[in-house]
Amino acid sequence: MISEREVAETLSLIEKDPLKAKEIVSKYPERDYFVVGITGSPGSGKSTMTDKLAEMFAAEKDVAIIAVDPTSAFTGGAFLGDRIRMRRSVKRNNIFIRSMASRGAVGGLSPGIYDAVEFLGRAGYDIIFVETVGVGQSETDIVNLADLVLLVLAPGSGDDVQMLKAGIMEIGDIYVVNKKDLDESQKILVNIEATLKLSGIERDVISTNSITGENIDRLKNIVQDHLTVLNQTKKLEKNRKDRYKFNLLNTLFSILRTRYSKIEDLEKIISMYANEEGENNESKEN
Amino acid sequence: MENKLKVLVAKPGLDGHDRGAKIVAMALRDAGMEVIYTGLRQSPEEIVKAASQENVDIIGLSILSGAHLKLCERIQKLMKESDIEDKPVFVGGIIPAKDVKKLKEMGIYEVFGPGVPLKKIVEKVKEAVK
Repeated sequence: MISEREVAETLSLIEKDPLKAKEIVSKYPERDYFVVGITGSPGSGKSTMTDKLAEMFAAEKDVAIIAVDPTSAFTGGAFLGDRIRMRRSVKRNNIFIRSMASRGAVGGLSPGIYDAVEFLGRAGYDIIFVETVGVGQSETDIVNLADLVLLVLAPGSGDDVQMLKAGIMEIGDIYVVNKKDLDESQKILVNIEATLKLSGIERDVISTNSITGENIDRLKNIVQDHLTVLNQTKKLEKNRKDRYKFNLLNTLFSILRTRYSKIEDLEKIISMYANEEGENNESKEN
Repeated sequence: MENKLKVLVAKPGLDGHDRGAKIVAMALRDAGMEVIYTGLRQSPEEIVKAASQENVDIIGLSILSGAHLKLCERIQKLMKESDIEDKPVFVGGIIPAKDVKKLKEMGIYEVFGPGVPLKKIVEKVKEAVK
């Protein structure tokens, strides 16, 4: 396996330039790996849960974690604090943790993340946890990136009407209701189970306490079962190939974003579009 | 494409006061940098590992315990072992004047005591990585 230093430095290059990133990644041999996305509202316990799960998997496999936190839309700066909750993982030698800022990406991820994940897989990490920014309602990009999505919910993120809305509530492969010790937690669990049943969707629903670790071993087993199925059905390989297409799309978007981020650029596009529309209308009239 | 300054702000040792570290982290964030904060009571090993994995450009240490000489010495030694001794380190906290001199002799880039304007810290950090 390549050295931790090389992994760290390569990730910085990848983050800097998405076009060069693909060139860099292609130098490493292709390899199947497993991407677990962990998403949910801010403060629902994602980082602590990621920490515990990563530690459990690290007993058998090499694990990487990418934790995304938001970039300020006003200053471009970011405060990345997910490592604070990863007290166990930071001590393990076969867990590599990297914080990434969202840098203007809107789906709860970061522009360079597809290449970063693919690189970590090729570098020899078997399981890659991707923790998204604390998301609201529509940040569903993680579905394209991950083989399996854990949606972490906790008391305090709204009533049952929120569960009827399209978006985030639809993306979980596993619904994790965290903070089991709080009364409200049981209500959420019942609500989710009822909602899923009504929609005729079968999903794993589990209630956990990521601080005490209650039920996290059960959650780990559920994740492991999914992995086994994905392996047996060759789905990991297929997902990896699909992921590459989303990767290209993601790069395209981030290039467009940087190229047309100024108001003058936007105005140029708008007037170009307006002209084109005008021409089209004229030709129709003719 | 994007070349963001990446800073690690860490608190080595056993003192539990992180208001200063958080304020500095916020100032650096507001200056457009990506700041990784690793929380209280970190061992030198954990700090160096975080700096290496995150491949930060510069490391800031907040120390109020009086153990700054020992902690910095240990961190520098570990940075050398991890092959990241080229990354500048700055220190903030309660540091006696005679120790400021010692720290700088050891290769610490800058020491910020109480009352230093945040603007100056931002400037110095930018300068260090240029």
